[in-house]
Amino acid sequence: MKRIVPIGPYHPLQEEPEFFKLIVEGEKVVDLEINIGYNHRGHEFVAQKMTWDQVTFLVERICGICSDSHPYAYVLAVEDAAHVTAPPRAQYIRTIIGELERIHSHYLWVGLAGHFIGYNTVWMWVWRYREPLLDIFELIMGNRNHYAINKVGGARRDILPEHYSKIEKYLDLLEEKNTMFTKAVLDDPVIRARLEGVGILSKEDAVAYGVLGPTARGSGYATDVRKDDPYDAYDKVDWNEIVFDEGDVLAKAKVRLLECSESIKIVRQCLRNMPDGPIETRVDEIPPGEGIGRHEAPRGEVFHYVRSDGSNMPVRHKIRAPSFMNIPSNVVAVRGYSIADAALVLAAVDPCYCCTERTVVLRNGKRELTGKDMLRLSWRKTERLRRRYRR
Amino acid sequence: MKKEYSKEILDEIGAKFPQASVKIHAPRRTYIRVPRDDVYGFAKFLFEEKECRLSIATGIDKRDGMEIIYHFSHDPSGTYYSIKTLVPKDDLKIKSLADFLPAANWIEREIHELLGIDFVGHPNLIPLLTAETWPGDLHPLRRDYADEHKDLKVEKSTEER
Amino acid sequence: MANAKLWGLKKSPWVFHVAAASCNNCDIEILDILTPRWDVERFGIVLVGSPRHADALLVTGVLNRKSLPRVLRVYEQTPKPCLVICVGTCTCDTHMFAPSYNVVGPYDKYLPVDVYIPGCPPKPEAIISGVVKALKRL
Repeated sequence: MKRIVPIGPYHPLQEEPEFFKLIVEGEKVVDLEINIGYNHRGHEFVAQKMTWDQVTFLVERICGICSDSHPYAYVLAVEDAAHVTAPPRAQYIRTIIGELERIHSHYLWVGLAGHFIGYNTVWMWVWRYREPLLDIFELIMGNRNHYAINKVGGARRDILPEHYSKIEKYLDLLEEKNTMFTKAVLDDPVIRARLEGVGILSKEDAVAYGVLGPTARGSGYATDVRKDDPYDAYDKVDWNEIVFDEGDVLAKAKVRLLECSESIKIVRQCLRNMPDGPIETRVDEIPPGEGIGRHEAPRGEVFHYVRSDGSNMPVRHKIRAPSFMNIPSNVVAVRGYSIADAALVLAAVDPCYCCTERTVVLRNGKRELTGKDMLRLSWRKTERLRRRYRR
Repeated sequence: MKKEYSKEILDEIGAKFPQASVKIHAPRRTYIRVPRDDVYGFAKFLFEEKECRLSIATGIDKRDGMEIIYHFSHDPSGTYYSIKTLVPKDDLKIKSLADFLPAANWIEREIHELLGIDFVGHPNLIPLLTAETWPGDLHPLRRDYADEHKDLKVEKSTEER
Repeated sequence: MANAKLWGLKKSPWVFHVAAASCNNCDIEILDILTPRWDVERFGIVLVGSPRHADALLVTGVLNRKSLPRVLRVYEQTPKPCLVICVGTCTCDTHMFAPSYNVVGPYDKYLPVDVYIPGCPPKPEAIISGVVKALKRL
């Protein structure tokens, strides 16, 4: 008999409200329906009523976790339309902030994934080492999130020489802790048992759904804008693209953790090679035309398309966040797994998975299993595994 | 280093789709204008034969019609192929790509609700983002949309779908 | 009896976190105050998973047409007396989303709000201070 398990739209832990309808047979998930729009604020509409410079701040507020990625892609799009390039120092600054943000976002995911499988220690520890990173953001840009470092034609703020040593010091700490986390998370038999072979997204499905970022790279589909279409300082530094073929949650976790150490490598090289000079090219007007900007955000490629008619406002501004492509792939990734695993699988693409008491009473004949229960189911499974491994 | 753009794809496009006009905006940004009826075949060619990935589609309300741009990304060369087509305003219809390309499912729903273009053959053309109470004939990204939301009543309760 | 309820509320407020159409940033900062650097749980402030257990609602993000009915329903389910604490500039006014077709306005049009914490996003210290101010008002 088919039953429906609703998840969302409100939940205490994750970020956005979203509504998942898990259709289950017994313990097994047979289908998934996704209903979004609780977070729709009409950015594309508002962007058409703002000037080019104001839109940078608007797109920053699309997402608080990738609050560097959207302005980054936007300024690249406008620069593409206006045929200007940022001066080298600005390119390095933007790259550094982009990579630091990747570390902070991946840590956030590792922490929340730890919470989903009942490892709150992972959550607390990882977030503890995320905190100094936010201090560095505050030091450079004056705000812990929403940094506003990007500007059409350059960077808004400079990284001062006295900041270098502080960033280096933090990177030293982070490098040590990152190795520790990678080992702790990947060598733990219980975590391995929970993540391995769960939520497999095959390469064919990954291509068909057009998934991006760590979700794609965990499925053996190597797509990374930083390698494919290098922008700013990414072709001037040496780093590796992390790709795993398994497609399960463990592969995605591995991609994210190992990517952090690559990011540390990139930031170090950027700091070492940073050229002197101005941090901004003056852009007086945006000529009529169109431009495409792509940036590899922590979750995948962010895509911005702008069209100008020569006035001071965009005529059309299309925004595509990576989760827009990643979330529909849940439909195939979650099929065939148990409800206890569903919490994890839905979280694996780093979307905004919601798990709380539903605020809506369900009609007769359908079992009510709330997000909190799902979390409890997930925790219980970990507990069982833990006991088994202790023996 | 990466290739600038694959010349072969452009040559093949010229041979296969003589009606397409290609404009190279920047080394890795190519815009191709095709007639409305060729879009389906063109997208299928890019996706299945050239292994491009659908990045997103953009709908724009222009004076002479609605423009739809399908952005395809060719990852090995890092090139964007954007297929542009113009849909006349008195016949807002285009063939949906969702039957062979699941990635097009959500974005076509979004364009349908924000611009009011019908995607023929789409499996599930229901609103994606706007609220249940949003009137279906109001398309906020159209040019003639004049802040009509200010007159709309705010619904304070709805049943979950 | 009302006093006993208030006493309990002040002693250890349980908060439920409602994100309307937020950008996640305030939400992340709210989660941040649970983690080791701030660790508000030592003061008895606990984030709970259901509005039915909550004494205070931390609301973030601007209200849109789809989330408004859900937020109102969460408010109805919360036992009274309860505090409504608006976190972030989006909740205090509509921030830069005012022209949008899907945004229906600030919270105080629909809910009785006790404390406004402006900032985009407010710092964790500001959020803690806001919660403390709300408790002091009782």
